Amino acid sequence: MTPATAPAIDEHPRVISGDHFMLGDHACAEGALAAGLDFYGGYPITPSTEIMEHLAERLPAVGGTFVQMEDEIASVAAIIGASVAGARVMTATSGPGFSLMMENIGLAAIMEVPIVIVDVQRASPSTGLPTSVGQSDLLQVRWGSHGDYSVIVYCPSSPQECFDLTIAAFNAADQYRVPSFVLMDEIVGHMTERVVVPPQEKIQRVYRKRPSVPPGSPEFLPFKADEDLVPPMAHAGEGYKVHMTGLTHDERGYPSLTAQTHEKLINRIVDKVRLNADRIVRYELINTEDAEIVVVALGCTARSARRAVARARMKGIRAGMLRPITMWPFPQTVLKELAGNGVVKRFVVPEINLGQLCREVHRHTALPVTRLNHPGGAMITPDQILEALEA
Amino acid sequence: MSVHTRVPIDAASMQVPRGQVYTIPNRCKGCNFCIQFCPKEVLEFSEAINNKGYHFPIVRKGKEEQCIHCRFCDLICPELAIFTRELESAPAQGA
Amino acid sequence: MSSGAIVVESHPADTLLRAERLPHILCPGCGIGSVVHTYVDAIAASGIPQDKHVCVSGIGCSGRAAGYVNVDSYHTTHGRSIPFALGIATYRPELHVTVISGDGDLTAIGGNHFIHAARRSVALLVLCINNFNYGMTGGQAGPTTPLSAMSRTTPHGCWERPFNLPFLAQAVGASYVARWTVLHVRQLRAALIHAMNKEGFRFIEILSPCPTGFGRPNDIGDGISEMQNYLRRCVVDNGIDLRQTDIDLTQQDSPIYVGDFVDVDRPSFRPQVVQHAH
Repeated sequence: MTPATAPAIDEHPRVISGDHFMLGDHACAEGALAAGLDFYGGYPITPSTEIMEHLAERLPAVGGTFVQMEDEIASVAAIIGASVAGARVMTATSGPGFSLMMENIGLAAIMEVPIVIVDVQRASPSTGLPTSVGQSDLLQVRWGSHGDYSVIVYCPSSPQECFDLTIAAFNAADQYRVPSFVLMDEIVGHMTERVVVPPQEKIQRVYRKRPSVPPGSPEFLPFKADEDLVPPMAHAGEGYKVHMTGLTHDERGYPSLTAQTHEKLINRIVDKVRLNADRIVRYELINTEDAEIVVVALGCTARSARRAVARARMKGIRAGMLRPITMWPFPQTVLKELAGNGVVKRFVVPEINLGQLCREVHRHTALPVTRLNHPGGAMITPDQILEALEA
Repeated sequence: MSVHTRVPIDAASMQVPRGQVYTIPNRCKGCNFCIQFCPKEVLEFSEAINNKGYHFPIVRKGKEEQCIHCRFCDLICPELAIFTRELESAPAQGA
Repeated sequence: MSSGAIVVESHPADTLLRAERLPHILCPGCGIGSVVHTYVDAIAASGIPQDKHVCVSGIGCSGRAAGYVNVDSYHTTHGRSIPFALGIATYRPELHVTVISGDGDLTAIGGNHFIHAARRSVALLVLCINNFNYGMTGGQAGPTTPLSAMSRTTPHGCWERPFNLPFLAQAVGASYVARWTVLHVRQLRAALIHAMNKEGFRFIEILSPCPTGFGRPNDIGDGISEMQNYLRRCVVDNGIDLRQTDIDLTQQDSPIYVGDFVDVDRPSFRPQVVQHAH
């Protein structure tokens, strides 16, 4: 018997708790919704389009704002604008669109505006192989905009992580007031797998710090940082009358075009991630306790590496894996520990580009690093990695 | 005088506002907009220069009573260096 | 009794400005300061609380405008003020967002955003301070530089046809289109107050002297000479067919048409709302 007061079923819940068989791109979109996405501005581009299409359906139904912009430059500018007005924001793209976004990534960095950008990597450069896999934006995501700044970059290697790490990216962007990125690849974005969405109350949301004094208080300086190097953020329309500029600015937010102001500002926006790196960095270690050879791999390549390490173990090779979950900040401390533990003799770095991740590995170890590269369009197989482990 | 010139029938009872000119000389960059476009030609450049080296507007000798507080010098000034305030108890024109 | 000018330390409009930043960086004879001044005067008269006004600008001399007005203000990247402002205006429809930028910023590098924001009828008031050149970089030609005009990148005279901005704005869907000059501050003030209280994409082109970048290479002289040019040549014609509002500076006596050209009702772009189907 149905009770007369049966609760109405919300056909458009923000969080679709439960077990799902879900596309990686859709899991990313659901992660954004679960993280509290308010405003999405985007432009369609393969292989990220499914994120946008999914949000076009879902976001307006949960009270959010979805706008299809005229290009990727407008997309990133619009989400920065919505974020200064208080929204949790995201856009998603792939290589060509990501390149177009670079200038305004620098604007978000120097204005300290939290934004989330998803880049589903395809084989590149230029139009490249639009529907095929690549992992060649690893350095662009860190250094693509001109100048020194800091970012936080998550690299999911499964649809489940597309969900989880998109939430992490929203929280990191707000906590540190930085651009944060979900750096997916075409394989992970177009892979359908089990995704467990937890109950809404289990999903942690971290929001940007807000001013502790009312509008008009003379002591409020919009770019005066607390001890964690992050300033509280006042939103448009609240009465704080903030000024934000892409020019080098002082704590009032006013342009101050001196070397001294520049040094103070740029060091701070770099240090707020650098000095908090131990809190931000995420990685996964597999069989590294006694490993003589350690594979360093991320995204879809880590899936091949996982299998190769297991098969190497069956053959008696003491192999292990370090999987950076944050590409930036890079898990350099754990890499250095492995390199210095006296057991590890060599690293193997498979990646779908011609040598980007291995550059970073080289920076932190003098041990031999075996490269295993493909410029894109195909995955690196477990057999190929196993061969490199056996060599 | 042109035969087409018409005088409003209530002209005698109309009051033209009277204004007082205020200046912030050190903001002035000497663009001349206020002086050139003052409908009553109340202003002229100073002999003195401000702390940036520019001559700034002053009220012409003999024009002290002529400002009508039209605000044109105020609005057109790019530097917010001049404004006017209306003076009370202005006498009726033609009285 | 009135007397000579009374010297004071502050201006009544200082509360609407970040007065501690004055004097601004702009050249003597530049009209951008007059536009900023008229804009804040219109804010005070708009009937909309100062805290609900937001100013967004791009890059260039006009882009510096946002840095002087005492409202929430955002000085963004070159050409991107309109999509940035779209983010604010769409997410917070209760805010009144004004974009103040230059002709190069809004119609060259930002031209695509301009036409699409007007097409969408985004709730923005866009002020294009047109000084016919790129002033901040030292006087190069742009999409509004008149035929035959001299600039640092057209040393033999500009040979490209310039935009007719009111015609463009009308064609792409603006609900309000006006053109005034810095000389017409009174009409500009009225246009601003009216436009601040309208929906949709509202566009005001404001012709401004640029003695450094445009006046000097074109033998116009200083800012006051450019202003006298406007005084001599401007013709107010609110009802003119906007196909005829090209600006030709080669014909010294050809009119420059100004006026409140377009004023139609067009609802503002609002995000799609999907009803919950319980």
